[in-house]
Amino acid sequence: MSFLRGFGMFWYDFIVGDDWKLAAAVVVVAGIGCAFVSGGVVGPLLPVFLGVCLAVAFTIALLIDVRATKPKGS
Amino acid sequence: MTMGTGADWALAVAVFFAAVVEVVEATTIVMAMGMTRSWRSAIVGTLTALVGLVIFTAVAGYALVNWLPEAALQLAIGGLLLIFGLQWLRKAILRSSGRKGLHDEAEIFAKQSAAARSADSRSMFGLDYFAFVVSLKGVFLEGVEVVFIVITFGLNAHNMPVAVTASVVAAVIVLVVAVAAHGPLTRVPENTLKYGVAVLLSTFGSFWLVEGLGIFRTGRSPLGWPGGNIALIVVLAGWLVLAQVLTRALRVPDTHGPALAAAGSGTVAAEEVNR
Repeated sequence: MSFLRGFGMFWYDFIVGDDWKLAAAVVVVAGIGCAFVSGGVVGPLLPVFLGVCLAVAFTIALLIDVRATKPKGS
Repeated sequence: MTMGTGADWALAVAVFFAAVVEVVEATTIVMAMGMTRSWRSAIVGTLTALVGLVIFTAVAGYALVNWLPEAALQLAIGGLLLIFGLQWLRKAILRSSGRKGLHDEAEIFAKQSAAARSADSRSMFGLDYFAFVVSLKGVFLEGVEVVFIVITFGLNAHNMPVAVTASVVAAVIVLVVAVAAHGPLTRVPENTLKYGVAVLLSTFGSFWLVEGLGIFRTGRSPLGWPGGNIALIVVLAGWLVLAQVLTRALRVPDTHGPALAAAGSGTVAAEEVNR
């Protein structure tokens, strides 16, 4: 049991890493893309739109971290 | 092995520098164990980890190539590569902006050496248990990251020999320099390298992830970026500009020290500073 737990923790640490929000951001953007593609909305600008979504999601995840750890009084 | 196109060179450069970063980290751990505990145990631990990595590579590579269609492969490993790249990019931005301590091989070497000196001297099969396990774990963990990057880049770029060669060359160069220096590789500009590799991983990861979403449409063919592979340059520039903007926007004055270290709480401060 402890081996399985350790094995699971290893892969969690390896894939998700220090900040789960980044993994969540990628999954959310992939989900948005999946919804567009499944719905037949596939234009040449879809990849560009998804690229911008990734940049926005990354920025939000980073800013949440920075805000959460802002020193008191600053 | 052919190195004809710009994509091949980009592949080689990305894998080479990613491998340099990881091998430097693994080498620091092994050297600390070897110099303070037992070279024999540290080397046996390293070789055991390398055997494990070969098995892992064979299994993972076979599974990815034989079980997944191209678009699904791009989606899966593009997504993983992107998560990887964004984690590195996050750390690079926080370090460059002064919000997280810089990765320092000398400091890590000192910490590992101190831990090795204070650990019990337990033996197993004539080997120093602590040096063996720490070396094995360090090399395997850093090695899995290299293997993952090599498999990802090699399969997606359809040029596994270039990816493998780039990583092997990186490992050989780092090991030769480490043996010559006989100490931690403090002169390797690891933070700068990580910044660059993070941008490259994020670029290829986002490019392939979006292409891989084609698995959900009729025919399951990859989505196409406007301009094809040329779009990689635009995506690269986009991540680079965003990273620079965020670094400048989040920069804290030097006089106050790393802000997050002072905060004492929160996700970033709670992390190991030099991870």
